[in-house]
Amino acid sequence: MLGYNGKFLEVDLSNSSFKDVTVPEEWLKDYIGGRALAARILSDRLISKWETIDPLGPENLLFFLPGPFTGYFPGGRTCVTGKSPQSNGMVGSTVGGEFGVELRCAGYDGVIVLGKSEKPVYLFIKDSDVELRDARNIWGKDCKQTEALLNKECRQLLAERYPRVGVWKQPAKLYIGPAGERKVRPSVVVAKWTHAAGYGGYGAVMGSKNLKAVAVTGTGPLPEVADMEKVTQMIDEACKGAYENVLWRRWGTGGGGYNFGAETSSEPVRNWQEEWHDKKSYGVDQFENKVWVKPAWSDFGCPTNCLKISCIRAGKYKGAITDNPDYELQAFLGPNLGLFTPEENVYLSSLIEDLGMCGIQGGSVLGFAGELYQRGILTQVDLDGIDLKWGDVDAFAALAKKIASREGIGDILAEGTYRAALRLGKLKGQNLLPFTVTGKGISIGAHGIRSGRDFSRDIGYACSVQGGDHTSQTDLPLDGWGSEIWTIFNDSAVMCIFTSFNISRTFRYDFYEAITGQTLTRKGWLTCGGMKTLQIQRAMLLLGGPDLKWNPTVDDDNPERFYEPLPTGPCKGQSADHASVKQKVRQYYDQAGWDQDGIPTSEALTKLNLEYVDKSICKLRK
Amino acid sequence: MWEKEEKKNHPIWVGREFSKCSGCRKCEIACSLRHENKLWPEASRVRVFMLVPGTEFPHLCTQCEDYPCVKACRFKALGVNEATSAVTVNAEKCTGCGKCIDACPGKVPHVHPQTNKILICDLCGGDPQCAKVCQEGGWNCLRVVEREDHEFKLFARVPEETAKALATKLYGEKAEEFL
Repeated sequence: MLGYNGKFLEVDLSNSSFKDVTVPEEWLKDYIGGRALAARILSDRLISKWETIDPLGPENLLFFLPGPFTGYFPGGRTCVTGKSPQSNGMVGSTVGGEFGVELRCAGYDGVIVLGKSEKPVYLFIKDSDVELRDARNIWGKDCKQTEALLNKECRQLLAERYPRVGVWKQPAKLYIGPAGERKVRPSVVVAKWTHAAGYGGYGAVMGSKNLKAVAVTGTGPLPEVADMEKVTQMIDEACKGAYENVLWRRWGTGGGGYNFGAETSSEPVRNWQEEWHDKKSYGVDQFENKVWVKPAWSDFGCPTNCLKISCIRAGKYKGAITDNPDYELQAFLGPNLGLFTPEENVYLSSLIEDLGMCGIQGGSVLGFAGELYQRGILTQVDLDGIDLKWGDVDAFAALAKKIASREGIGDILAEGTYRAALRLGKLKGQNLLPFTVTGKGISIGAHGIRSGRDFSRDIGYACSVQGGDHTSQTDLPLDGWGSEIWTIFNDSAVMCIFTSFNISRTFRYDFYEAITGQTLTRKGWLTCGGMKTLQIQRAMLLLGGPDLKWNPTVDDDNPERFYEPLPTGPCKGQSADHASVKQKVRQYYDQAGWDQDGIPTSEALTKLNLEYVDKSICKLRK
Repeated sequence: MWEKEEKKNHPIWVGREFSKCSGCRKCEIACSLRHENKLWPEASRVRVFMLVPGTEFPHLCTQCEDYPCVKACRFKALGVNEATSAVTVNAEKCTGCGKCIDACPGKVPHVHPQTNKILICDLCGGDPQCAKVCQEGGWNCLRVVEREDHEFKLFARVPEETAKALATKLYGEKAEEFL
């Protein structure tokens, strides 16, 4: 099919074997690529025994899937997914960088990883030459060291093997840090030091497979498209739209650390005990003046350059390097821990990224521990002497290192906020879930719902098939633009939404047609690929895993904290409303074709030709 | 004595300010679209290196006054376009032997991944697309300037050297750890 290479690389780590595999063309037409296609392949292979599969065991599959948009649509992204060790469902997590572009230029539409290697390895792909290489000398290294070591080794190999062709560029890479190696659930798959496929915990999945990295050099062109003239003209159109977004280009998401606190009042402050702050010290101008050393940083083809690079050049935190930080890390590793200066935020972001931990999930579990300490539930003895006071960046840094190495209390916190609350709750004989702000085991992104001023909606997390993932929220009506169906398209195409602000919403379907030659309409996606993916992901989420299963009656809801009134700020007193949320969840069930217990009905699944899904979830029905 | 010598034609040059490169690779995209009508980074005459994240820079021919690549070619495949001063490649004569790469102080030329012929910037016949897209995006890393007398070889550095200079500028001593 046009826009595709027509083959996927399947790697079995258990016996170091490789093969090229294809998927039925119907699947490509229905599911496009990335998240949706992964949901189809993953469910095809595992849904019949889904609940028995440990996401951190060798049976799990790991996907690195770009889509037909990757490389063409401005700002290349790749979807990383599999069974999630956070939600026990599937979370389509996308990451920026050049990985997907190189992979497509190497002749593959994606990589599917099976099994588990005996020893640490990394996968090196140079066009159709594929090998697993010993990674023992990289194992244990932080993300910045890993990037440097892989560049050196891979470029040396390329120069030796292909000597007369000129200087080789660096391969594109996805890798894990020490946290992923130790199967820390809040760990990420990293690109370019600071980019991450964050939600889902796929760093831990790579770690569980002893796979340190995937490096790829592709020398071919991107796959042929149906109408090159149209594609280039549309790329220009999208870029011109993005160029007009002057403020976005200048600040990226960096203005959020102050604005989402002071203006929209939806930022986690001290583990969501508040969502408002008005600290001028946290304004984006402070970041720009004090820490930004590069004002524009882009991924492949990106016109927006929402990223900037921060570096601390002197003083206590000298040598700390990160991107903006973007809003999520500004929030979770800033006000969420009582920190309000760019320097402390950059230092902690740099550390978390070096460890390969998730800024959101990691920041959440640090904040959770901070609140337990504030309430006297965790003591200095529990924390091996750390005095975990709000605003003490060194204390939080020390705890982060313990989590990444699973040392002492870190071993429990390394299970992520939700699971840590269950385990610590048992130890302390107390229900600690009221102090967690999660959806289906995934800590909710830094966009609270209580003020109603942010883009997040009151059932956005409760009904999402990706739980607390703020990039995959949903809303009523299911066929409206606020629903998850459209996010599924973005994650499947795979495209960046930060490069598409000034283009029409139907632009993407025309772009899809120019690439593949296939016609796709909004309605077509809603009634076929988008809806099918929603149902498959919902089914896998409800089947759960060996350690946790979700009960929709209880878990299709907001965390308790969102029902507590905001204590401060312009929206003081506001909270989510139980009755309204309950009613909307019911409506959502109806529109999605889920029964009163939240389980997809046989009728809905059969209508979508998903009989195999229906067969696997009939055991959930009462 | 400081007045510029009047020249009849003013060849252009692609002026470059590497620290302004955002790493968007639009230059690669534009170059490969122009020359291959495909989106093909490895067949682009300008290639963006990222040996250390944050230190992206476009690597392209600087048109040295003495053209060591042209001199090194034993098959007389390389020449110089008088109007633009760009290096020309006669694909029929080029054997892809790589002698010009060895001769280039910046190791800029590279071999086309499919045709095995050498790739060197041709300045798009006087309208370089790389500079055009860079200007459209407002990055101003690459721009078209008049070719004036200066030491062009200063810009023909190997990627490792350029990366080191940029990394040191951004990250100070810490840069040592990344190279």
